[in-house]
Amino acid sequence: MDQITRFLDLQHPHLLWGLGGVFGLVVLGAVVAGVLTVVNPRKDYTELRQRIFSWVIMIALLSAALLLGWQATTALFAVVSFIALREFLSLAPTRREDRLIVLAAYLAIPLNYAFIAADIYGVYLVLIPVYAFLITPWLMAVIGQTRGFLASASMFHWGLMTCIYNIGYVAFLMRTPPYEAPAGGAGLVFFLLVATEFNDVAQYVWGKLLGRHKIIPRVSPNKTWEGFIGGWITTAALIWFAGPLFTPLEGLGLAVVAVVLPAAGFAGDVTMSAIKRDIGVKDTSHLIPGHGGILDRIDSLTFTAPIYFHLLAFFALEKF
Amino acid sequence: MIRWLRWALLLLVARPIARFLTGADVTGREHLPLKGPAIIAANHNSHVDTLLMLSIFPAKAVMRVRPAAASDYFLKDPVIGWFSRNLVGIVPVARDKVATGEDVLAPAREALAAGDIVVVFPEGTRGDASDEMARLKSGVARLAEAFPEAPVTPVWIQGAGRVLPKGEVIPVPMNCAVLVGAPLRWHGKRAEFMDGLRDALLTLKDQAPPLRWS
Repeated sequence: MDQITRFLDLQHPHLLWGLGGVFGLVVLGAVVAGVLTVVNPRKDYTELRQRIFSWVIMIALLSAALLLGWQATTALFAVVSFIALREFLSLAPTRREDRLIVLAAYLAIPLNYAFIAADIYGVYLVLIPVYAFLITPWLMAVIGQTRGFLASASMFHWGLMTCIYNIGYVAFLMRTPPYEAPAGGAGLVFFLLVATEFNDVAQYVWGKLLGRHKIIPRVSPNKTWEGFIGGWITTAALIWFAGPLFTPLEGLGLAVVAVVLPAAGFAGDVTMSAIKRDIGVKDTSHLIPGHGGILDRIDSLTFTAPIYFHLLAFFALEKF
Repeated sequence: MIRWLRWALLLLVARPIARFLTGADVTGREHLPLKGPAIIAANHNSHVDTLLMLSIFPAKAVMRVRPAAASDYFLKDPVIGWFSRNLVGIVPVARDKVATGEDVLAPAREALAAGDIVVVFPEGTRGDASDEMARLKSGVARLAEAFPEAPVTPVWIQGAGRVLPKGEVIPVPMNCAVLVGAPLRWHGKRAEFMDGLRDALLTLKDQAPPLRWS
Protein backbone atom coordinates (compact mmCIF):
# COMPACT_ATOMS: atom_id res chain seq x y z
CA MET A 1 0.00 0.00 0.00
CA ASP A 2 2.81 2.37 0.98
CA GLN A 3 4.53 1.57 -2.27
CA ILE A 4 1.39 2.38 -4.25
CA THR A 5 1.01 5.72 -2.45
CA ARG A 6 4.64 6.55 -3.05
CA PHE A 7 4.31 5.55 -6.74
CA LEU A 8 1.27 7.79 -7.19
CA ASP A 9 2.98 10.64 -5.32
CA LEU A 10 5.65 10.61 -8.03
CA GLN A 11 3.03 11.13 -10.74
CA HIS A 12 1.87 14.51 -11.84
CA PRO A 13 -1.50 15.45 -10.25
CA HIS A 14 -2.95 16.69 -13.58
CA LEU A 15 -2.29 13.29 -15.12
CA LEU A 16 -3.87 11.45 -12.17
CA TRP A 17 -6.94 13.70 -12.24
CA GLY A 18 -7.16 13.28 -16.01
CA LEU A 19 -6.98 9.49 -15.85
CA GLY A 20 -9.46 9.49 -12.98
CA GLY A 21 -11.84 11.64 -15.03
CA VAL A 22 -11.65 9.28 -18.01
CA PHE A 23 -12.33 6.28 -15.76
CA GLY A 24 -15.26 8.20 -14.27
CA LEU A 25 -16.72 8.75 -17.75
CA VAL A 26 -16.45 5.06 -18.61
CA VAL A 27 -18.05 4.04 -15.31
CA LEU A 28 -20.85 6.50 -16.09
CA GLY A 29 -21.21 4.88 -19.53
CA ALA A 30 -21.37 1.42 -17.94
CA VAL A 31 -24.08 2.60 -15.52
CA VAL A 32 -26.10 4.10 -18.37
CA ALA A 33 -25.77 0.87 -20.36
CA GLY A 34 -26.87 -1.12 -17.29
CA VAL A 35 -29.90 1.13 -16.74
CA LEU A 36 -30.84 0.92 -20.44
CA THR A 37 -30.67 -2.88 -20.31
CA VAL A 38 -33.03 -2.97 -17.32
CA VAL A 39 -35.44 -0.24 -18.50
CA ASN A 40 -35.67 -1.50 -22.05
CA PRO A 41 -35.34 -5.30 -21.83
CA ARG A 42 -36.63 -5.95 -25.34
CA LYS A 43 -33.78 -4.12 -27.03
CA ASP A 44 -30.40 -5.82 -27.38
CA TYR A 45 -27.63 -3.75 -25.83
CA THR A 46 -24.94 -6.43 -26.16
CA GLU A 47 -22.85 -4.33 -28.54
CA LEU A 48 -23.02 -1.25 -26.30
CA ARG A 49 -21.95 -3.34 -23.31
CA GLN A 50 -19.09 -4.93 -25.30
CA ARG A 51 -18.02 -1.49 -26.48
CA ILE A 52 -17.84 -0.10 -22.97
CA PHE A 53 -16.11 -3.17 -21.58
CA SER A 54 -13.50 -2.89 -24.34
CA TRP A 55 -13.01 0.79 -23.45
CA VAL A 56 -12.31 -0.23 -19.84
CA ILE A 57 -9.62 -2.67 -20.97
CA MET A 58 -8.03 -0.19 -23.40
CA ILE A 59 -8.03 2.65 -20.85
CA ALA A 60 -6.59 0.36 -18.16
CA LEU A 61 -3.76 -0.74 -20.47
CA LEU A 62 -2.95 2.81 -21.56
CA SER A 63 -3.15 4.22 -18.02
CA ALA A 64 -0.84 1.52 -16.70
CA ALA A 65 1.66 2.18 -19.50
CA LEU A 66 1.57 5.97 -19.01
CA LEU A 67 2.04 5.67 -15.24
CA LEU A 68 4.87 3.16 -15.62
CA GLY A 69 6.79 5.45 -17.96
CA TRP A 70 8.33 5.62 -21.41
CA GLN A 71 9.60 2.03 -21.44
CA ALA A 72 6.14 0.53 -20.92
CA THR A 73 4.51 3.02 -23.29
CA THR A 74 7.07 2.30 -26.02
CA ALA A 75 6.51 -1.45 -25.61
CA LEU A 76 2.73 -1.04 -25.68
CA PHE A 77 2.77 1.01 -28.88
CA ALA A 78 5.22 -1.40 -30.52
CA VAL A 79 2.60 -4.10 -29.93
CA VAL A 80 -0.14 -1.80 -31.26
CA SER A 81 1.97 -1.19 -34.38
CA PHE A 82 2.48 -4.92 -34.87
CA ILE A 83 -1.20 -5.82 -34.60
CA ALA A 84 -2.21 -2.87 -36.80
CA LEU A 85 0.36 -3.73 -39.47
CA ARG A 86 -0.68 -7.40 -39.40
CA GLU A 87 -4.30 -6.35 -39.91
CA PHE A 88 -3.33 -4.01 -42.74
CA LEU A 89 -1.07 -6.45 -44.60
CA SER A 90 -3.67 -9.21 -44.24
CA LEU A 91 -6.41 -7.14 -45.88
CA ALA A 92 -4.37 -5.31 -48.51
CA PRO A 93 -3.62 -7.11 -51.79
CA THR A 94 -0.36 -9.04 -51.50
CA ARG A 95 1.46 -11.26 -53.95
CA ARG A 96 2.67 -14.76 -53.09
CA GLU A 97 6.25 -13.72 -53.74
CA ASP A 98 5.96 -10.98 -51.11
CA ARG A 99 5.78 -13.28 -48.07
CA LEU A 100 9.36 -12.44 -47.14
CA ILE A 101 8.76 -8.72 -47.74
CA VAL A 102 5.88 -8.96 -45.27
CA LEU A 103 8.33 -10.46 -42.78
CA ALA A 104 10.82 -7.66 -43.48
CA ALA A 105 8.06 -5.09 -42.92
CA TYR A 106 7.52 -6.50 -39.41
CA LEU A 107 11.24 -6.14 -38.72
CA ALA A 108 10.82 -2.40 -39.18
CA ILE A 109 8.84 -2.37 -35.90
CA PRO A 110 11.67 -3.30 -33.47
CA LEU A 111 14.03 -1.09 -35.45
CA ASN A 112 11.70 1.92 -35.36
CA TYR A 113 10.96 1.56 -31.64
CA ALA A 114 14.63 0.91 -30.84
CA PHE A 115 15.39 4.46 -31.99
CA ILE A 116 12.61 5.73 -29.72
CA ALA A 117 14.06 3.74 -26.81
CA ALA A 118 17.53 5.06 -27.62
CA ASP A 119 16.07 8.58 -27.93
CA ILE A 120 17.69 9.24 -31.33
CA TYR A 121 15.17 11.54 -32.97
CA GLY A 122 17.18 12.36 -36.10
CA VAL A 123 17.38 8.73 -37.23
CA TYR A 124 13.78 8.01 -36.29
CA LEU A 125 12.66 10.85 -38.57
CA VAL A 126 14.16 9.30 -41.70
CA LEU A 127 14.27 5.57 -40.94
CA ILE A 128 10.88 4.61 -42.36
CA PRO A 129 10.00 7.63 -44.54
CA VAL A 130 13.28 7.42 -46.47
CA TYR A 131 15.11 4.15 -45.84
CA ALA A 132 12.24 1.67 -45.52
CA PHE A 133 10.81 3.48 -48.56
CA LEU A 134 13.96 2.64 -50.54
CA ILE A 135 14.75 -0.80 -49.13
CA THR A 136 11.30 -2.35 -49.56
CA PRO A 137 11.09 -1.97 -53.36
CA TRP A 138 14.74 -2.92 -53.65
CA LEU A 139 14.06 -6.22 -51.84
CA MET A 140 11.04 -6.74 -54.07
CA ALA A 141 13.24 -6.21 -57.13
CA VAL A 142 15.76 -8.75 -55.81
CA ILE A 143 12.97 -11.31 -55.49
CA GLY A 144 12.25 -10.56 -59.13
CA GLN A 145 8.47 -10.50 -59.47
CA THR A 146 7.51 -7.39 -61.43
CA ARG A 147 3.77 -8.00 -61.82
CA GLY A 148 1.94 -5.20 -59.97
CA PHE A 149 5.27 -3.93 -58.65
CA LEU A 150 4.47 -0.26 -58.07
CA ALA A 151 1.10 -0.98 -56.45
CA SER A 152 2.72 -3.48 -54.07
CA ALA A 153 5.57 -1.14 -53.15
CA SER A 154 3.10 1.66 -52.41
CA MET A 155 0.92 -0.66 -50.36
CA PHE A 156 3.87 -1.65 -48.18
CA HIS A 157 4.94 1.93 -47.65
CA TRP A 158 1.44 3.10 -46.74
CA GLY A 159 1.27 0.33 -44.11
CA LEU A 160 4.72 1.08 -42.69
CA MET A 161 4.06 4.82 -42.46
CA THR A 162 0.62 4.67 -40.85
CA CYS A 163 1.00 1.66 -38.58
CA ILE A 164 4.60 2.10 -37.43
CA TYR A 165 6.06 5.55 -38.11
CA ASN A 166 3.00 7.69 -37.32
CA ILE A 167 1.99 5.64 -34.29
CA GLY A 168 5.61 5.73 -33.07
CA TYR A 169 5.23 9.47 -32.48
CA VAL A 170 2.91 8.69 -29.56
CA ALA A 171 5.72 6.79 -27.86
CA PHE A 172 8.32 9.42 -28.77
CA LEU A 173 6.28 12.09 -26.95
CA MET A 174 7.14 10.21 -23.74
CA ARG A 175 10.79 11.21 -24.24
CA THR A 176 9.91 14.87 -23.67
CA PRO A 177 11.91 16.10 -20.64
CA PRO A 178 9.64 16.55 -17.58
CA TYR A 179 10.42 20.27 -17.29
CA GLU A 180 9.20 20.94 -20.84
CA ALA A 181 5.55 20.02 -20.25
CA PRO A 182 3.25 20.78 -17.29
CA ALA A 183 2.35 17.11 -16.75
CA GLY A 184 5.42 15.53 -18.38
CA GLY A 185 5.56 13.41 -21.51
CA ALA A 186 2.77 11.20 -20.15
CA GLY A 187 0.55 14.28 -19.92
CA LEU A 188 1.24 15.08 -23.60
CA VAL A 189 0.34 11.54 -24.67
CA PHE A 190 -2.71 11.49 -22.44
CA PHE A 191 -4.00 14.72 -23.95
CA LEU A 192 -3.39 13.54 -27.53
CA LEU A 193 -5.34 10.32 -26.92
CA VAL A 194 -8.18 12.10 -25.11
CA ALA A 195 -8.53 14.81 -27.77
CA THR A 196 -8.44 12.25 -30.61
CA GLU A 197 -10.99 9.88 -29.08
CA PHE A 198 -13.16 12.74 -27.80
CA ASN A 199 -13.25 14.09 -31.37
CA ASP A 200 -14.39 10.70 -32.74
CA VAL A 201 -17.15 10.50 -30.14
CA ALA A 202 -18.20 14.16 -30.49
CA GLN A 203 -18.49 13.86 -34.29
CA TYR A 204 -20.58 10.72 -33.85
CA VAL A 205 -22.87 12.33 -31.24
CA TRP A 206 -23.38 15.59 -33.19
CA GLY A 207 -24.04 13.55 -36.32
CA LYS A 208 -26.68 11.47 -34.51
CA LEU A 209 -28.31 14.58 -33.01
CA LEU A 210 -28.33 16.99 -35.96
CA GLY A 211 -26.92 15.13 -38.96
CA ARG A 212 -28.71 16.01 -42.23
CA HIS A 213 -26.21 16.76 -44.97
CA LYS A 214 -23.84 14.00 -46.02
CA ILE A 215 -20.25 15.14 -46.20
CA ILE A 216 -18.55 12.37 -48.15
CA PRO A 217 -21.22 9.79 -49.07
CA ARG A 218 -19.09 7.69 -51.41
CA VAL A 219 -16.59 6.87 -48.66
CA SER A 220 -18.42 7.19 -45.32
CA PRO A 221 -22.19 7.34 -45.90
CA ASN A 222 -22.91 7.96 -42.19
CA LYS A 223 -20.74 11.07 -41.85
CA THR A 224 -22.44 14.46 -42.02
CA TRP A 225 -21.42 18.11 -42.15
CA GLU A 226 -23.25 18.69 -38.86
CA GLY A 227 -21.28 15.89 -37.14
CA PHE A 228 -17.98 17.10 -38.57
CA ILE A 229 -18.46 20.77 -37.63
CA GLY A 230 -20.07 20.02 -34.25
CA GLY A 231 -17.21 17.67 -33.36
CA TRP A 232 -14.66 20.17 -34.63
CA ILE A 233 -15.99 23.03 -32.47
CA THR A 234 -16.45 20.87 -29.35
CA THR A 235 -12.99 19.32 -29.59
CA ALA A 236 -11.38 22.68 -30.37
CA ALA A 237 -13.01 24.07 -27.22
CA LEU A 238 -11.74 21.11 -25.19
CA ILE A 239 -8.21 21.64 -26.50
CA TRP A 240 -8.36 25.41 -25.92
CA PHE A 241 -9.52 25.11 -22.31
CA ALA A 242 -7.84 21.87 -21.13
CA GLY A 243 -4.70 22.10 -23.30
CA PRO A 244 -2.76 24.36 -20.89
CA LEU A 245 -3.15 21.76 -18.12
CA PHE A 246 -1.30 19.08 -20.07
CA THR A 247 0.75 20.82 -22.76
CA PRO A 248 3.16 23.78 -22.79
CA LEU A 249 1.08 25.35 -25.59
CA GLU A 250 -0.38 28.82 -25.30
CA GLY A 251 -1.70 31.59 -27.52
CA LEU A 252 -1.17 31.01 -31.23
CA GLY A 253 0.29 27.50 -30.83
CA LEU A 254 -2.65 26.36 -28.76
CA ALA A 255 -5.11 27.90 -31.22
CA VAL A 256 -3.46 26.15 -34.17
CA VAL A 257 -3.57 22.77 -32.43
CA ALA A 258 -7.21 23.36 -31.44
CA VAL A 259 -8.16 24.07 -35.05
CA VAL A 260 -5.98 21.48 -36.79
CA LEU A 261 -6.25 18.39 -34.57
CA PRO A 262 -10.02 17.74 -34.94
CA ALA A 263 -9.78 18.15 -38.73
CA ALA A 264 -6.81 15.74 -38.81
CA GLY A 265 -8.75 13.16 -36.81
CA PHE A 266 -11.62 13.38 -39.28
CA ALA A 267 -9.17 13.05 -42.18
CA GLY A 268 -7.58 9.92 -40.69
CA ASP A 269 -10.96 8.31 -40.13
CA VAL A 270 -12.14 9.05 -43.68
CA THR A 271 -8.88 7.93 -45.31
CA MET A 272 -8.95 4.58 -43.54
CA SER A 273 -12.63 4.24 -44.50
CA ALA A 274 -11.68 4.70 -48.16
CA ILE A 275 -9.13 1.90 -47.84
CA LYS A 276 -11.62 -0.40 -46.11
CA ARG A 277 -14.22 0.34 -48.79
CA ASP A 278 -11.70 -0.47 -51.51
CA ILE A 279 -10.83 -3.77 -49.82
CA GLY A 280 -14.49 -4.55 -49.17
CA VAL A 281 -14.60 -4.88 -45.37
CA LYS A 282 -16.43 -2.93 -42.69
CA ASP A 283 -14.06 -3.74 -39.83
CA THR A 284 -10.39 -4.66 -40.04
CA SER A 285 -10.85 -7.60 -37.62
CA HIS A 286 -12.86 -8.60 -34.52
CA LEU A 287 -10.01 -8.09 -32.06
CA ILE A 288 -11.77 -5.47 -29.91
CA PRO A 289 -15.35 -6.55 -29.12
CA GLY A 290 -17.81 -3.80 -30.08
CA HIS A 291 -15.17 -1.75 -31.88
CA GLY A 292 -13.76 -3.95 -34.65
CA GLY A 293 -10.05 -4.20 -35.31
CA ILE A 294 -7.21 -2.17 -33.88
CA LEU A 295 -6.91 -0.22 -37.15
CA ASP A 296 -10.56 0.82 -36.79
CA ARG A 297 -9.68 2.22 -33.37
CA ILE A 298 -6.43 4.02 -34.29
CA ASP A 299 -7.40 5.32 -37.75
CA SER A 300 -7.73 8.94 -36.51
CA LEU A 301 -4.60 8.60 -34.39
CA THR A 302 -2.45 7.75 -37.43
CA PHE A 303 -3.11 11.35 -38.57
CA THR A 304 -3.37 13.22 -35.27
CA ALA A 305 -0.21 11.78 -33.65
CA PRO A 306 2.39 13.17 -36.11
CA ILE A 307 0.60 16.51 -36.52
CA TYR A 308 0.27 17.03 -32.75
CA PHE A 309 3.94 16.09 -32.29
CA HIS A 310 5.16 18.44 -35.02
CA LEU A 311 3.02 21.37 -33.83
CA LEU A 312 4.31 20.85 -30.27
CA ALA A 313 7.86 20.68 -31.58
CA PHE A 314 7.37 23.85 -33.64
CA PHE A 315 5.60 25.97 -31.05
CA ALA A 316 6.82 24.73 -27.68
CA LEU A 317 9.25 21.85 -27.21
CA GLU A 318 12.93 22.74 -27.15
CA LYS A 319 14.10 19.16 -27.47
CA PHE A 320 12.56 18.35 -30.85
CA MET B 1 2.74 -36.38 -16.58
CA ILE B 2 2.49 -36.25 -20.35
CA ARG B 3 -1.09 -35.03 -19.97
CA TRP B 4 0.14 -32.04 -17.98
CA LEU B 5 2.90 -31.42 -20.48
CA ARG B 6 0.34 -31.44 -23.28
CA TRP B 7 -1.96 -29.09 -21.37
CA ALA B 8 0.90 -26.66 -20.71
CA LEU B 9 2.11 -26.89 -24.29
CA LEU B 10 -1.33 -26.19 -25.75
CA LEU B 11 -2.23 -23.30 -23.46
CA LEU B 12 1.15 -21.69 -22.80
CA VAL B 13 2.97 -22.29 -26.09
CA ALA B 14 0.59 -23.18 -28.93
CA ARG B 15 -2.01 -20.56 -28.03
CA PRO B 16 0.35 -17.54 -27.84
CA ILE B 17 2.09 -18.66 -31.05
CA ALA B 18 -1.26 -19.01 -32.83
CA ARG B 19 -2.30 -15.54 -31.63
CA PHE B 20 1.01 -14.05 -32.76
CA LEU B 21 0.97 -15.67 -36.19
CA THR B 22 -2.72 -15.39 -37.05
CA GLY B 23 -4.55 -13.07 -34.67
CA ALA B 24 -6.98 -16.03 -34.31
CA ASP B 25 -9.94 -13.90 -35.36
CA VAL B 26 -12.79 -16.26 -34.42
CA THR B 27 -16.45 -15.63 -35.17
CA GLY B 28 -19.23 -17.98 -34.08
CA ARG B 29 -17.27 -19.20 -31.06
CA GLU B 30 -20.57 -20.16 -29.38
CA HIS B 31 -20.96 -23.02 -31.89
CA LEU B 32 -17.79 -24.81 -30.71
CA PRO B 33 -18.57 -28.05 -28.87
CA LEU B 34 -17.21 -28.16 -25.31
CA LYS B 35 -17.45 -31.90 -24.84
CA GLY B 36 -17.29 -35.01 -26.97
CA PRO B 37 -18.12 -37.01 -28.82
CA ALA B 38 -18.07 -34.21 -31.35
CA ILE B 39 -16.61 -33.72 -34.82
CA ILE B 40 -15.10 -30.55 -36.28
CA ALA B 41 -14.83 -30.45 -40.09
CA ALA B 42 -12.49 -27.76 -41.38
CA ASN B 43 -10.87 -26.81 -44.68
CA HIS B 44 -7.13 -27.39 -44.91
CA ASN B 45 -4.39 -25.22 -46.41
CA SER B 46 -1.58 -25.28 -43.87
CA HIS B 47 -0.18 -26.84 -40.71
CA VAL B 48 -1.36 -23.61 -39.12
CA ASP B 49 -4.91 -25.00 -39.40
CA THR B 50 -4.06 -27.65 -36.80
CA LEU B 51 -2.37 -25.08 -34.58
CA LEU B 52 -5.47 -22.86 -34.79
CA MET B 53 -7.86 -25.70 -34.06
CA LEU B 54 -5.86 -26.51 -30.92
CA SER B 55 -5.91 -22.85 -29.85
CA ILE B 56 -9.48 -21.61 -30.16
CA PHE B 57 -11.19 -23.88 -27.63
CA PRO B 58 -11.72 -22.75 -24.03
CA ALA B 59 -9.18 -24.14 -21.55
CA LYS B 60 -11.61 -26.68 -20.11
CA ALA B 61 -12.24 -28.30 -23.51
CA VAL B 62 -8.77 -28.10 -25.01
CA MET B 63 -7.56 -31.45 -23.65
CA ARG B 64 -10.43 -33.14 -25.50
CA VAL B 65 -9.41 -31.76 -28.91
CA ARG B 66 -7.76 -34.33 -31.18
CA PRO B 67 -6.78 -33.32 -34.71
CA ALA B 68 -6.81 -36.07 -37.31
CA ALA B 69 -3.50 -36.26 -39.17
CA ALA B 70 -2.00 -38.47 -41.86
CA SER B 71 0.10 -41.21 -40.29
CA ASP B 72 2.11 -41.58 -43.53
CA TYR B 73 3.30 -37.98 -42.99
CA PHE B 74 3.47 -37.43 -39.23
CA LEU B 75 4.44 -40.86 -37.93
CA LYS B 76 7.29 -41.51 -40.40
CA ASP B 77 9.93 -39.97 -38.16
CA PRO B 78 10.04 -41.43 -34.61
CA VAL B 79 10.69 -38.07 -32.88
CA ILE B 80 8.02 -36.14 -34.77
CA GLY B 81 5.79 -39.18 -34.35
CA TRP B 82 6.13 -39.20 -30.56
CA PHE B 83 5.55 -35.45 -30.44
CA SER B 84 2.50 -35.67 -32.73
CA ARG B 85 0.95 -38.57 -30.85
CA ASN B 86 1.55 -37.48 -27.27
CA LEU B 87 1.74 -33.70 -27.27
CA VAL B 88 -0.28 -32.62 -30.29
CA GLY B 89 -2.61 -35.52 -29.59
CA ILE B 90 -3.25 -36.47 -33.19
CA VAL B 91 -5.64 -39.17 -34.27
CA PRO B 92 -3.67 -41.01 -36.96
CA VAL B 93 -5.33 -41.67 -40.31
CA ALA B 94 -3.42 -44.11 -42.52
CA ARG B 95 -4.17 -42.53 -45.88
CA ASP B 96 -1.75 -44.89 -47.62
CA LYS B 97 -3.63 -47.98 -46.38
CA VAL B 98 -7.07 -47.04 -47.74
CA ALA B 99 -6.61 -49.32 -50.75
CA THR B 100 -5.70 -52.34 -48.59
CA GLY B 101 -9.14 -52.35 -47.02
CA GLU B 102 -7.77 -51.67 -43.53
CA ASP B 103 -10.14 -49.71 -41.29
CA VAL B 104 -8.26 -46.40 -41.34
CA LEU B 105 -10.90 -44.60 -39.27
CA ALA B 106 -10.60 -46.95 -36.27
CA PRO B 107 -8.42 -44.55 -34.20
CA ALA B 108 -10.85 -41.68 -34.86
CA ARG B 109 -13.79 -43.83 -33.75
CA GLU B 110 -11.91 -44.84 -30.61
CA ALA B 111 -11.30 -41.18 -29.79
CA LEU B 112 -14.98 -40.34 -30.31
CA ALA B 113 -16.00 -43.31 -28.15
CA ALA B 114 -13.72 -41.92 -25.42
CA GLY B 115 -15.59 -38.61 -25.59
CA ASP B 116 -13.03 -36.57 -27.51
CA ILE B 117 -13.58 -33.76 -30.00
CA VAL B 118 -12.08 -34.99 -33.27
CA VAL B 119 -10.97 -32.40 -35.84
CA VAL B 120 -11.03 -33.70 -39.40
CA PHE B 121 -9.95 -32.05 -42.62
CA PRO B 122 -12.23 -33.70 -45.19
CA GLU B 123 -10.22 -32.34 -48.13
CA GLY B 124 -7.71 -35.03 -47.13
CA THR B 125 -4.60 -32.92 -47.71
CA ARG B 126 -3.47 -29.31 -47.65
CA GLY B 127 -4.65 -27.30 -50.65
CA ASP B 128 -2.84 -24.28 -52.00
CA ALA B 129 -3.41 -20.84 -50.53
CA SER B 130 -5.97 -19.80 -53.15
CA ASP B 131 -8.61 -21.10 -50.72
CA GLU B 132 -10.46 -23.12 -53.33
CA MET B 133 -12.06 -26.05 -51.57
CA ALA B 134 -11.08 -29.47 -52.89
CA ARG B 135 -13.50 -32.40 -53.24
CA LEU B 136 -14.48 -33.61 -49.77
CA LYS B 137 -13.75 -37.19 -48.79
CA SER B 138 -16.58 -39.02 -47.12
CA GLY B 139 -14.72 -40.34 -44.05
CA VAL B 140 -16.37 -37.62 -41.97
CA ALA B 141 -19.80 -38.98 -42.97
CA ARG B 142 -18.77 -42.48 -41.91
CA LEU B 143 -17.70 -41.10 -38.52
CA ALA B 144 -20.98 -39.19 -38.16
CA GLU B 145 -22.87 -42.36 -39.07
CA ALA B 146 -21.02 -44.31 -36.37
CA PHE B 147 -21.73 -41.56 -33.79
CA PRO B 148 -25.10 -40.09 -34.75
CA GLU B 149 -25.25 -38.21 -31.42
CA ALA B 150 -22.04 -36.30 -32.22
CA PRO B 151 -22.56 -32.82 -33.70
CA VAL B 152 -20.49 -32.08 -36.81
CA THR B 153 -19.36 -28.44 -36.65
CA PRO B 154 -18.19 -26.85 -39.92
CA VAL B 155 -15.22 -24.46 -39.60
CA TRP B 156 -13.84 -22.28 -42.38
CA ILE B 157 -10.27 -21.08 -41.86
CA GLN B 158 -9.42 -18.15 -44.10
CA GLY B 159 -5.82 -17.24 -44.86
CA ALA B 160 -3.77 -19.91 -43.08
CA GLY B 161 -2.21 -20.78 -46.43
CA ARG B 162 -0.52 -17.37 -46.43
CA VAL B 163 0.99 -17.81 -42.96
CA LEU B 164 2.64 -21.09 -43.86
CA PRO B 165 1.91 -22.46 -47.35
CA LYS B 166 2.59 -26.07 -48.23
CA GLY B 167 6.30 -26.47 -48.89
CA GLU B 168 7.45 -23.36 -46.99
CA VAL B 169 9.27 -23.46 -43.66
CA ILE B 170 9.23 -19.84 -42.47
CA PRO B 171 5.87 -18.73 -41.07
CA VAL B 172 4.85 -15.11 -41.69
CA PRO B 173 2.30 -13.46 -39.38
CA MET B 174 -0.93 -12.64 -41.24
CA ASN B 175 -4.45 -12.50 -39.81
CA CYS B 176 -6.60 -15.60 -40.19
CA ALA B 177 -10.37 -15.52 -39.85
CA VAL B 178 -11.86 -18.64 -38.25
CA LEU B 179 -15.59 -18.92 -38.92
CA VAL B 180 -17.46 -21.52 -36.88
CA GLY B 181 -20.86 -22.54 -38.23
CA ALA B 182 -23.92 -24.13 -36.63
CA PRO B 183 -23.41 -27.88 -36.09
CA LEU B 184 -24.87 -30.43 -38.53
CA ARG B 185 -26.47 -33.69 -37.43
CA TRP B 186 -26.32 -37.11 -39.04
CA HIS B 187 -29.65 -37.86 -40.67
CA GLY B 188 -29.02 -41.18 -42.38
CA LYS B 189 -27.91 -40.32 -45.92
CA ARG B 190 -24.22 -40.12 -46.72
CA ALA B 191 -24.34 -38.18 -50.03
CA GLU B 192 -26.82 -35.63 -48.68
CA PHE B 193 -24.80 -35.22 -45.51
CA MET B 194 -21.67 -34.47 -47.54
CA ASP B 195 -23.58 -31.97 -49.71
CA GLY B 196 -24.84 -30.28 -46.54
CA LEU B 197 -21.32 -30.05 -45.13
CA ARG B 198 -19.98 -28.64 -48.38
CA ASP B 199 -22.74 -26.01 -48.49
CA ALA B 200 -22.13 -25.09 -44.84
CA LEU B 201 -18.40 -24.62 -45.47
CA LEU B 202 -18.99 -22.53 -48.60
CA THR B 203 -21.53 -20.37 -46.75
CA LEU B 204 -18.92 -19.66 -44.06
CA LYS B 205 -16.35 -18.91 -46.75
CA ASP B 206 -18.68 -16.27 -48.22
CA GLN B 207 -18.80 -14.50 -44.85
CA ALA B 208 -15.00 -14.43 -44.51
CA PRO B 209 -13.09 -11.22 -45.31
CA PRO B 210 -11.81 -11.12 -48.89
CA LEU B 211 -8.44 -12.72 -49.48
CA ARG B 212 -6.40 -10.49 -51.79
CA TRP B 213 -3.64 -12.94 -52.55
CA SER B 214 -2.34 -13.33 -56.06
